[in-house]
Amino acid sequence: MKTYDFNQQYISKIDKEIAISTDNVQVHYGKSHAIFDASLDFPRFQITSLIGASGSGKSTYLRCLNRMNDKIAQVDGKILYRNTDINSKKINVYEVRRHIGMVFQRPNPFAKSIKDNILFALRNNGINDKNELQKRLETSLKDAALWDEVKDDLDKSALALSGGQQQRLCIARSIAMHPDILLLDEPASALDPISTSKIEETLELLSKSYTIIIVTHNMQQASRISDYTAFFHMGHIIEYNETKNIFTAPEIKATEDYISGDFG
Amino acid sequence: MNAKKSDKLATGIIYGLVGIVVTILISLLGYILYNGVPDINWHFLTSEAQSFSAGGGVRDQLFNSLYLLILALIISFPIALGAGIYLSEYAKDNWITDIIRTSIEVLSSLPSVVVGLFGYLLLVIQLNLGFSILAGAIALTFFNLPLLTRNIEESLSSVPDLQREAGTSLGLSGWKTITKIILPMALPGILTGLILCSGRIFGEAAALIYTAGQSAPSVDYGNWNPFTETSFLNPMRPAETLAVHIWKVNTESVTPDAGVISSASSAVLIIVILIFNLGARYLGNKLFKKMTAAK
Repeated sequence: MKTYDFNQQYISKIDKEIAISTDNVQVHYGKSHAIFDASLDFPRFQITSLIGASGSGKSTYLRCLNRMNDKIAQVDGKILYRNTDINSKKINVYEVRRHIGMVFQRPNPFAKSIKDNILFALRNNGINDKNELQKRLETSLKDAALWDEVKDDLDKSALALSGGQQQRLCIARSIAMHPDILLLDEPASALDPISTSKIEETLELLSKSYTIIIVTHNMQQASRISDYTAFFHMGHIIEYNETKNIFTAPEIKATEDYISGDFG
Repeated sequence: MNAKKSDKLATGIIYGLVGIVVTILISLLGYILYNGVPDINWHFLTSEAQSFSAGGGVRDQLFNSLYLLILALIISFPIALGAGIYLSEYAKDNWITDIIRTSIEVLSSLPSVVVGLFGYLLLVIQLNLGFSILAGAIALTFFNLPLLTRNIEESLSSVPDLQREAGTSLGLSGWKTITKIILPMALPGILTGLILCSGRIFGEAAALIYTAGQSAPSVDYGNWNPFTETSFLNPMRPAETLAVHIWKVNTESVTPDAGVISSASSAVLIIVILIFNLGARYLGNKLFKKMTAAK
């Protein structure tokens, strides 16, 4: 495996409105150090993709952003969202996760009806108005480009849907909460190409009103849908720039090697 | 040997083994039912047991068994549920948890006679409960708790972690996620465990001989006040169960028709357990479908 100098970094400044940023985030799993000094700013209403080899820490980093690592790892540093450090112990993590939603690698719909998948969390967060629930059900499914396929089967089990439909249901479930930011951890890696392209279309539509941060293994996917790209290597952020710059003129040798496939 | 041949051989062996299990089960069940069913009739099910003369029934014993089962489940299920949720969802992977798990395993392999004698010393003598349904139910709880806890823990653990993450990522608390998402998904497994435990309780004799006692005093099935002496619901009365009755009839009975009573009682026992199994399974499926909207 080639070795690269982790001090060689290129983090471009973002001159747009920032939705969320991290400041020197460190992650430890027990004694092993998984993320080193991660400092990134994520622009609002843009798609940012996190790329890198397996084990580079991109998923770990993503999970820090809505405190999903709480019980698993030790996360230090600041995560700033609306001028608040959401990595602080005093923060209400449930509230954080309502603002920052997450979609996982494997579709994980609840073993409930399609309708209840969307409405379950809403009801549990105190939304009981029937009109409001109906509105959210419809708009979230429409936004996730699933409405036309399921509108007649809302009471059927979500488990009867195909993998791609389940994943779009999970996206709908997240956006029904009206989050600001949507985190996606390799949302298409378990899906076939047709489902993948549907998910990508969905994300591009959603980026008009949501800030999207997506971890992906698929570099074509990153270059197709994202506006910004961060390249992770062995727990370090090596390069962060507009996607077109990363894929056409990377600043750092490690990025160039990774993108051209001449890596490791 | 080539792959095809060895595969055929392995398949053959597996079919053979399963055949052995099925044969044993069917012949045992068949034997009990064949011997017992012809002697089961309405009179047998609805009359009192006789000590000396022929023609006694098992009305009280059958009721006692059911009542004891229900009481034991009422006591043990909530405890096992709590412990199971703790072990599956909250327990950290450390030596304390290891000790808890080991204790549960040891407890589950305790012979039921030991549980019965322990119950006799603690409940009947020390706590002064006397030979009573309550003492029996508590002893059965000791007997039942380890298996039920393990079963609930395993059912909960078998729900994929992705479901927990889904709940958490939507801003639900851990408790909500467990009770509203994980528990419903684990329900069929928990129910199966509950049925198995019920069968074990229903057929248990050794743990009850010294706790619930071996006599079935006449009770008044019209008296619904559990705090009166003669009520059939009175938990403080001694209560011989069906399984204990079978044991007793076979060991020390002087009735001329002891053999008939024994085989008929055994058949009744098996049939009730069978009804229990099928009923609970049907109910569980229905419940699961309702909760998950699966068609």
